[in-house]
Amino acid sequence: MKQEYPQIKPMGERAILINFEPEINENSLKKLLNLKKLIETGIIEDKVEVINTYHSLLIVYVYAIENIYDKVSALKALVSKANIGKNIDSRIYHIPVCYEEEFGLDLELISSENKLKISEIIHLHTSPVYTVYFIGFLPGFLYLGGLDKKLQISRKASPRMKVEKGAVGIGENQTGIYPQSSPGGWQIIGNSPVDFFDKNTYPPCVILPGDKVKFYSIGKSEFLQIFEDVGRGEFELKSEKHHG
Amino acid sequence: MGEIEVLYPGLYSSIQDLGRHDFRRFGVPQSGAMDSYAAKNANLMLSNLEAHPILEITQLGPQLKFYEPTQIAICGAYLNPKINDSLVLNNKVLSIEKGDILSFGKRNNACRAYIAIAGGFNSKKILESYSWYNGITQKQMLQKGDIIRYSRLERPLHGLNAAVKVPDEYLRKCGIKVFTGPEYGLLSIFQKKLLFDSKFHLDVHNNRMALQLKEPLENNLTPIITGPVLPGTVQLTPSGKLIVLMRDCQTTGGYPRILQLSEDGINIIAQKVVGEPLNFQLFEIK
Repeated sequence: MKQEYPQIKPMGERAILINFEPEINENSLKKLLNLKKLIETGIIEDKVEVINTYHSLLIVYVYAIENIYDKVSALKALVSKANIGKNIDSRIYHIPVCYEEEFGLDLELISSENKLKISEIIHLHTSPVYTVYFIGFLPGFLYLGGLDKKLQISRKASPRMKVEKGAVGIGENQTGIYPQSSPGGWQIIGNSPVDFFDKNTYPPCVILPGDKVKFYSIGKSEFLQIFEDVGRGEFELKSEKHHG
Repeated sequence: MGEIEVLYPGLYSSIQDLGRHDFRRFGVPQSGAMDSYAAKNANLMLSNLEAHPILEITQLGPQLKFYEPTQIAICGAYLNPKINDSLVLNNKVLSIEKGDILSFGKRNNACRAYIAIAGGFNSKKILESYSWYNGITQKQMLQKGDIIRYSRLERPLHGLNAAVKVPDEYLRKCGIKVFTGPEYGLLSIFQKKLLFDSKFHLDVHNNRMALQLKEPLENNLTPIITGPVLPGTVQLTPSGKLIVLMRDCQTTGGYPRILQLSEDGINIIAQKVVGEPLNFQLFEIK
């Protein structure tokens, strides 16, 4: 059965889900983010929150929706109005990562499993410009796309009870940074001294869906310096406008 | 300023309100009272705003000593509350004198009760909510020796009449009203029939993030591309586990989302304990 996209359906009494084709790519993300913006500015009579994932938008209302079919048709109208080819404004952020032994707990393992020298792993991880698809799993956890295929490795058979805050890991075709310490099953290759979530600022995340991320390798002494600067609130992530 | 000293924290007691909205897109769970109906009632009884912070207590209640006079109300599960040595009722404005100790006994039915206090607890609002959640607020649950602050009550706000009649049949209900979830259509007719004809029971794995059900639903569904989930989303794992996501759930997930509980359904299931039966009743959205 051929499905028609986007599908717009209620998800319970206070949310509406919009699904695009189930695929992960930047064009879908652009479509989603353009529509998200339109919905955020276009729905004025209700307080809503719009969340995106790879191919979905979830519009969450604070209270049960009274006339759900009216809302669904209003959203359908917005979808048809969305200028889906439009590029989105974004920034590219440069994120320092220390890949030294002390932090790169699973570098050896990836090195032997994937037949790569550790220097090659670091090179392959710091080369791409990754795309931020959305934030989920933990407050401030960025879902990144663009990992080099040569670095793909399965998750740990049994997860670690505690992965340190800032740990940079790889799980299957994904890479990311744990914004706080948590149990986790990804293979850990380094640590970033940067804060990715600050509950005392608004918005609590600087890097947002649609932005880009590039990692650069730092040594232990630079790690400690940045760590201190972050603690004092004196570290600013390097970033520039990205056109794409 | 009044102070409450926590003499005994209970099994799992935490400050909650109606949850954190508008921060899900940063990966922050919604949180808030597991049974929002009881939480709202407790506040309304004291003419508080419904979103005032309340204390959610679970199965084994805490022991709390009050250092200033105030008024409180308890709604939700009946956990045999006592002020000093006297048993008191739920759904009633209760007067507290300086030095009074509030404690709880065995539970009669249901498992979560809500304590509201006149004017609300003086707790810190973070990301627009008072709800405690590990990593967002400093505390996750009450501990022995904690101090909770509240406004001093200058004069009583309410008469101390008989208990107010609050409909609480939901505490004994086992029918959970649900809607179809985004991946419901992937289930076979047989699986759908099982889902609505079977009785399910709460498993031992249950907390504020999720409740797991004991009876599996065999399936061969493949994981989905990570998508949004909500409190009340029912996920189906490859091993057949049914997981009902609750107020502290993560914002996204990769298991097929086969059902979505109604708001009432979330409140009903929030009051269930291990081994209690429940069944799903499918509703169409009107």
